[in-house]
Amino acid sequence: MAPDLSVQIGSLTLPNPLIAASGCFGYGLEYEQVVDLSSLGGIVSKGLFMKERQGHAPPRIVETPAGMINAIGLQGIGVHRFVNEKLPLLRKAGARTFVNVCGTTLDEYVEVCKVLSDAEGVAAIELNISCPNIKEGGIQFGCSLNGTYDVVSAVRKATTLPLIPKLTPNVTDVASFARAAEDAGADAVSLVNTFLAMAIDVETRRPKISNVLGGLSGPAIRPIAVRMVWECFQLVKIPIIGMGGITDARDTLEFMLAGATAVQIGTQNFVDPFVWSKVLDGLTDYMTRHQITKLSEVVGTFDPTPPKAVHA
Amino acid sequence: MPPVDIDATVIANVRLSPDYSVLSLAAPEVGKRTQPGQFVMVKPAGVSDPLLRRPFSVFEILRDASGTVTGISILNKCAGRSTKALYALEPGDVVSCLGPLGVPFKPVLAPTEGWMVAGGVGLAPFATLAEALRAARTPTTLFYGARTAGELFYLDFFASLGVNLILTTEDGGKGTKGRVTGPLENALKSVGPAGAMVYACGPEPMLEAVAKLAARYNQPSQVSVERVMGCGLGGCYSCVVPVKPTSAKATAGKHGDDLSSEARSAKEEHASLVRSCITGPVFDGAELVWD
Repeated sequence: MAPDLSVQIGSLTLPNPLIAASGCFGYGLEYEQVVDLSSLGGIVSKGLFMKERQGHAPPRIVETPAGMINAIGLQGIGVHRFVNEKLPLLRKAGARTFVNVCGTTLDEYVEVCKVLSDAEGVAAIELNISCPNIKEGGIQFGCSLNGTYDVVSAVRKATTLPLIPKLTPNVTDVASFARAAEDAGADAVSLVNTFLAMAIDVETRRPKISNVLGGLSGPAIRPIAVRMVWECFQLVKIPIIGMGGITDARDTLEFMLAGATAVQIGTQNFVDPFVWSKVLDGLTDYMTRHQITKLSEVVGTFDPTPPKAVHA
Repeated sequence: MPPVDIDATVIANVRLSPDYSVLSLAAPEVGKRTQPGQFVMVKPAGVSDPLLRRPFSVFEILRDASGTVTGISILNKCAGRSTKALYALEPGDVVSCLGPLGVPFKPVLAPTEGWMVAGGVGLAPFATLAEALRAARTPTTLFYGARTAGELFYLDFFASLGVNLILTTEDGGKGTKGRVTGPLENALKSVGPAGAMVYACGPEPMLEAVAKLAARYNQPSQVSVERVMGCGLGGCYSCVVPVKPTSAKATAGKHGDDLSSEARSAKEEHASLVRSCITGPVFDGAELVWD
């Protein structure tokens, strides 16, 4: 029997748990030349406001040990141009398109979601309440339990699309934010967004990126992200989409065992745009070795029994 | 043709100087697809440090005695950890090589002349462009500036193609002392009626000077820019360059990054930020906005 890699996020069934992370995959169409977009579980668009945004001045990224710091500043074409110019092509390509929604005010989140609800071909809304790189909006909701509850509640009333708030790790207890999102009617949560970080050029004593602060991603953050997924899994019942430095099938399984129903891959797509088929092959291999017919059975099956001591 | 990703074996790594090497890679599928001015994203294979690949212009397309494409080379200058790691590679080592990527140069045809302006490691895209121009019998000149005589490379290669060489060094050790823009301006003053297409690659101040000189003498230019780049495929939006808004629509195609005027701040009123990986790295010099 063919291994079943499908996963369920609320009412949404994905053929596999691999989703391209927001801000790491353009609008998806850029990658059509190297990846069959329909072969991914889904893709998440760049963050979209109602209007277009120019983003921050370059340099916008810097590599750091086992990771990178970015402050792109949500450069984007706005929701209307996305719906008109990108969405029809994404539908044609067979992509399951999650749209990452940003807002500077609660009303803007609601209005952008209304536009998407009226459009053809949106699989789900990922509510961006966690971008660390812009002052106005987003993070002010994501760093307050009341703010998270309020924005998710407001958007919930405006759309029947699957609603997935994306949580920031830059809080004391991320699980309580997952609970607030669940209480407000979210269908799932995705975590983690990037960790607020900075890097200094010691020769010039100036920042390495123009925004000074940026978000750290890549393998460097993976163990923290796994811990946060596990904390959320113990507190909420809605599905969790895990992310943070995933590079291969082993990393994907680590997140799934900790409680993630699906995962997003971001930085590794920069390193290797062909990562997707490699991870799928690795997952299939794992299922064969562990005699698993349905991958979703592994979700949350992490066994916290301490490992046996290993002596060198 | 779409780019490919090859685990390419290092054929040779010829150290030209303490800073520069030519890294030859067994990547025939990349070489066959490459047009002059395109680039590859490269890092040592199987290591997580460096994590991200770095962009390099394809320097040479390598062929065997029968003319079959066997790979590519890149001109590597040590600048940071990643380029130093590439400098240290030996034959048999393996490199992850994704490409070719980006918009190539548009070759110009005789009687218009092709003038290539290179500063330092900016020589990289001009070996393949010189071959293409000379194959089309376009009269071709290379204005090539470096810090010292010891950092002027591949002069015999360009001479053997029939390229007219005009050299400058900052210390006067070879050619004219000073910057490459000096001889370029002299040539522009006496350019013939058929004109010249000015191609440029090198440090940012040189690119700006060349683009402005070409414009002053009413000659078109094509400029290859270099930016910090995360992915090379348009995913990360780190490599953006400012272009005139009207240009953004024309050049960005279906991936359009152009913004309406309301989206631009006052400072950015006359520029849109477009991704140099997929809209460039080669731009019409007249489209770029300089800081």
